[in-house]
Amino acid sequence: MSIRFDKLGVVIALLVAYGALAAPFATFRANRIVPGDAKTILEALPAGAGAALLGVMVAATVVILLKTPTFLRLAAAAASLVAIALFIGMAATHLAPPENAYARVSPASGFWILLFAFALLAADSITRLKPRPVVRVLLLLVTLGGAAVILMSGLWDGLSILKEYAGRADVFWLEAGRHVTLALGSLAASVIVGLPLGILCHRVEPLRDGVLNTLNLIQTIPSIALFGILIAPLGWIAVNVPGAAAIGIRGIGAAPAFVALFLYSLLPVVANTVVGLAGVPREANEAARGIGMTDRQRLFGIELPLAMPVILTGIRIVLVQNIGLATIAALIGGGGFGVFVFQGIGQTAMDLVLLGAVPTVVLAFAAAIVLDSLIEMNVPRRERGRTA
Amino acid sequence: MRAWVPPILRAVLLAVLIAFLVSPGWFSPLLKPLVQDNAPAIYNQGSLLTLTLLHLRIVAIATAGAIVVAVTLAILVTRPFGAEFLPLSRSLVNVGQTFPPVAVLALAVPALGFGEKPTLVALFLYGLLPIFENTLTGLTTLPVSVMEAARGSGMTERQRLFKVELPLAMPVILAGIRLSVVISLATATIGSTVAAKTLGEVIIAGLQSNNIAFVLQGGLIVGALAVLIYDGLSAIERVLARRAGLFS
Repeated sequence: MSIRFDKLGVVIALLVAYGALAAPFATFRANRIVPGDAKTILEALPAGAGAALLGVMVAATVVILLKTPTFLRLAAAAASLVAIALFIGMAATHLAPPENAYARVSPASGFWILLFAFALLAADSITRLKPRPVVRVLLLLVTLGGAAVILMSGLWDGLSILKEYAGRADVFWLEAGRHVTLALGSLAASVIVGLPLGILCHRVEPLRDGVLNTLNLIQTIPSIALFGILIAPLGWIAVNVPGAAAIGIRGIGAAPAFVALFLYSLLPVVANTVVGLAGVPREANEAARGIGMTDRQRLFGIELPLAMPVILTGIRIVLVQNIGLATIAALIGGGGFGVFVFQGIGQTAMDLVLLGAVPTVVLAFAAAIVLDSLIEMNVPRRERGRTA
Repeated sequence: MRAWVPPILRAVLLAVLIAFLVSPGWFSPLLKPLVQDNAPAIYNQGSLLTLTLLHLRIVAIATAGAIVVAVTLAILVTRPFGAEFLPLSRSLVNVGQTFPPVAVLALAVPALGFGEKPTLVALFLYGLLPIFENTLTGLTTLPVSVMEAARGSGMTERQRLFKVELPLAMPVILAGIRLSVVISLATATIGSTVAAKTLGEVIIAGLQSNNIAFVLQGGLIVGALAVLIYDGLSAIERVLARRAGLFS
């Protein structure tokens, strides 16, 4: 009997071998901004622990290389991810004793390569298992819950990113709140305005090209410029419109960021509403008219429900895009996770950049999974698998 | 009437853009009302033309790299040999799009230092996705009858790829490239937060010195470039689509 290798498995196994054996697992630095010392797995961990982690990697590699059942591969990926998550925390306490407040231990390239390799394997297994939308959301919750448990347990407290967090925990949650408010608030505003606008464009054809072209033009203005350009009109409104300043409209800060995100969000919402409504089968509309439904009944009972998956796709694009773009708000004093990213770039403190970037990525990723599941649940059963 | 208005508008836009880049001084009176206290109305810490060319160069290099890698990868995963990678590459595209450009840029800095390199990497990675996605769509949605005819006429796999599949998928691939270029043009401005020489420098200088005129001119140049390049690529696409339509 010949042994058959899995092609993707070979690629991932090579990545794992490089990440575990050749690349450094953690970086030790005497303080926050000096260049660091790279440590391999065996150097970064106490003797037994390093060997144990390598053992887990070898076992996982065997599972990956051979043509094994998908469930087993997913289990191997999950176990390995948990192992590297636990051991990086251990490396932090091993390399830098807790009483040394200046020393920093951060994950190095080997850690990120291993994380990437096993995340790839997990993604592939999950794609092959084709889980139902609910299961995908559950998997996301379990993963986030696991990370939360490790965070609470204090195992990662020795890592540099959490040392940055420890120094500014209050600010972190304040900026997190601002980030989410900006992203979700501008999304809500764009749905409230964009949905009726899309319906109007669908019904009144002469409007359509003009509205969509204008919204397209707005998209071409780079985000940092749009944020900046809005400072002027909003500053003028704050000074000249009574009551405007009282509700928080100001030239700099969250107001221009909110308006900019809102303007960027309109195109996907309006365009997808138009496309979704245009895709409603003629027979459905005619049948509805035939049984004597009014225009309004037809809109809410037939057209909007049938167009919902396409409209939701637009909302997904907007939400993921807004979570990313909200980081730029920090440049004009609008707050959000971007504050840490740009402060970190300014101080060449990469741990601080990570403190801003990692939550942004996690937030965008989680939003994408949840909305994708929502979209799939809204596609009529008969059509499933056709919309991609 | 309607047919020739857009081309004329585009020609005017191009002329204004070139005039502005070559001799920004002419436009100074227009922007003057936006600045306070006799601040300069036209960016004065470097030539706008040079910055524009550097901006375009960074986008061109990143996009060229992204085209080569994305199209090659898409071809590989649609061959029988690479079929095992197809489902994964689809979900990778989905996941990749959730990474905000600022995060990609900021995370590339520790590995590459400040300047053009992290910007190039971020633009390259960000530009991969739309091209890869569209090439995949183009190559996997070819009409079955055409593919069977090609096979039936005894074409080798290589001939089929270069003479049938790629030409037929070309309009969709080009649409992906167009999207990628427009995203990169705007994203390159963010590169200036890590000291890359792009038009973002003008905008950031404006934000820092509270000079709306700078922000406006930086933003409008990038916007005009995006509109013109988008239109140019759309025109090429239409020509190719017409040609592909001829022999399908």
